[in-house]
Amino acid sequence: MKENLNNINEKRNFGQALKNFIDVAGWPRIIIGIFLILLFAMTPIAKLRLSTSLSDTLVRVGMNAIMVLALVPMVQSGCGLNFGLPLGFIAGILGAILSIEFNLTGLKGLFSAIGISIPFAVIFGYAYGQLLNRVKGDEMMIATYVGFSSVSLFCIFWLLLPFKSPVMVWGYAGKGLRTTISTQKFWQNSLSDILSLRIGETFYFPTGMFLFFALLCFLIWAFFHTKVGTAMTAVGSNPDYARASGVSVDKMRTLSVVISTVLGAIGIIIYQQSYGFIQIYNGPLYMGFPAVAAILLGGASVHKANIGNVIIGTFLFQGILTMAPSVINSLLQTDMSEIFRIIISMGMILYALTRKTKGNR
Amino acid sequence: MRKIDNKNELLKNIFKNIMIFISKYPVPIMFIIFLIFTVPMSHFTVKYLINELLTRLARNSFLVLSLLLPIMAGMGINFAMVLGAMAGQISLILITDWSIVGIPGFFLAILVSLPIAILLGFLCGYILNRAKGREMVTSMILGFFMNGFYQFIVLYMMGPVIPIKNKLLLLSRGFGIRNAINLQAIRQCIDDFIPITILKTQYDPGIKIPIATFILIALFCFFIIWFKKTKIGQDMRAVGQDRLIAESSGIASDRTRLLSIVISTVLAAIGQIIFLQNVGTLSTYNSHDQTGQFAAASLLVGGATVSSANIGNVFLGVTLFHLMFIVSPMAGKNILGNAQVGEYFRVFVSYGIIAIALVLYSWKRHKEKERERMALRQNTTTPKTKTE
Repeated sequence: MKENLNNINEKRNFGQALKNFIDVAGWPRIIIGIFLILLFAMTPIAKLRLSTSLSDTLVRVGMNAIMVLALVPMVQSGCGLNFGLPLGFIAGILGAILSIEFNLTGLKGLFSAIGISIPFAVIFGYAYGQLLNRVKGDEMMIATYVGFSSVSLFCIFWLLLPFKSPVMVWGYAGKGLRTTISTQKFWQNSLSDILSLRIGETFYFPTGMFLFFALLCFLIWAFFHTKVGTAMTAVGSNPDYARASGVSVDKMRTLSVVISTVLGAIGIIIYQQSYGFIQIYNGPLYMGFPAVAAILLGGASVHKANIGNVIIGTFLFQGILTMAPSVINSLLQTDMSEIFRIIISMGMILYALTRKTKGNR
Repeated sequence: MRKIDNKNELLKNIFKNIMIFISKYPVPIMFIIFLIFTVPMSHFTVKYLINELLTRLARNSFLVLSLLLPIMAGMGINFAMVLGAMAGQISLILITDWSIVGIPGFFLAILVSLPIAILLGFLCGYILNRAKGREMVTSMILGFFMNGFYQFIVLYMMGPVIPIKNKLLLLSRGFGIRNAINLQAIRQCIDDFIPITILKTQYDPGIKIPIATFILIALFCFFIIWFKKTKIGQDMRAVGQDRLIAESSGIASDRTRLLSIVISTVLAAIGQIIFLQNVGTLSTYNSHDQTGQFAAASLLVGGATVSSANIGNVFLGVTLFHLMFIVSPMAGKNILGNAQVGEYFRVFVSYGIIAIALVLYSWKRHKEKERERMALRQNTTTPKTKTE
């Protein structure tokens, strides 16, 4: 009898441990993780080079990581997932095209692009933060539409602003920006190539880009350990308590939105320097969603996110997005990458929104 | 002295009433002011505008009407109505393949779309019940998500799994549907069912009125009015007012919410079929993209909010929104010398108007909450100060 009970207890303990692990890691993370390992294991069958695949994945992680990092401050301050990230992208694009207009190249061009974009991002972020303070509780929906409408508003500006650089404007009309602008002659890979590793013909590791990302991660991590950062987290976890202990809720929220927007701007510039193209007009419209999906895949929720979530999430998400289409492509000879991207990223966001959490009645 | 006072009072009253009116309908007023400037700038004739407007009213009203029930049930704007639109499009592809023409084709398309729409509606309702308090953003993401599935089905399943006989529909690689499908079989079959054209002269095509489509829309309006009065309709409104109170008085709120979404999805499917029979070509991968977007924008332009909308809002909204749609490319060309600006502008307006309407609504609700809280606080603090 007693033995039996013990046995049951043991089983329960094991079950409990497994359940705890699943609770901590979350089903999607486990499934996607296993799937990703499987995909990497399948590279020989699909006649792909493992080193190329790994290198592609790492480059894409570096490209997208900062945009994912940009989501952390707003989640922490209780503003939810920043679907309004395109607003930051717009600021980044402004910085990037201005630096090209001034004909700046190399690292100087890249950092002046970042430097120019930051004031724009601060202004946009401040206004956006003020707006979000007035609509507490409905941030996510409104953020989405702020993102959409700012992108479509700037479509008009891209047409009308008097840019002159022949690389950027339409050749025959002499005015209006092109839909994609190449950064190749200016600052493509200028950051990635710092200390970059090349092993063999196919493996390339963009060290500079990762160092820069690590620096930003460190800054954000350090920020959340300062007094202001702690206050921000407090506002996110319990606004009433924060107010009672003398923290200005609105100020903290605005600050978090500004930081998020600035990071978004930096993020898109880093993306462009690696990708080689600046996509304008409707290009940034849906670019916020993959970032959101990535951080959620990393284990963040609508209420909590940390740097670890960003790193794990970006790796898993970009890994799947790089690997799955290329494996499917070489096995079935069809290109399903677009559909795959939509289903994975939107499915992930949907999962997070429908999860029963404490904030959800 | 007193007279002046009275006059002042009167002015004040009028001013106050105007302010109340503005604060009640801020979005339509903004829109009307905007249109007053742009409509003359487009240099279109009144006749042309009326003709276009009638076409667009017939084309879009049904889709916008399908948003009403979820709002009544307190679920906000159902951006997942694109699911219905997808169901409609799949059935249109099928009947084109079966080459069934005219009115029978139209009704068969509706019949085929029903089960798909009901299934999708159930799925959507189930998901939205799990995301209470953030239905709108969830429904929007669900729309994007299902778009991926739709593309998968149409691009890969049609041909190998779902048999398509007509090779003209398929891509040259042998499976997947072409980008654009000619819906010649049912083009404007409902619009032209009862052909009426007024003010027709030898040189002027006149104003065409698609009576049969309007009859369909009117029938549907009556359905909504009738539905509001039934037991389920009343339940729905109760759930929309306060879910918890409704539940404690014995209404199965989850089931009611689910039902409202299912009906909305089915109606959106029919709406999309009506829309496409008027347009005449189905662009397989884009037609449904903006459906939810434009329908929501139209409704909000008509003065509806996230929590209240009626049939009047629908027609006012469709009229105003589509007037802007017709006018803005030409107005953009005449004002700024670039038609493309107008094209981008109308997309911006459709996004911006939703943003503004959502912000205004949320802001208002917030202020009311704050006021309530302050009132409560005063009530609780007064006795305390007395005892102190």
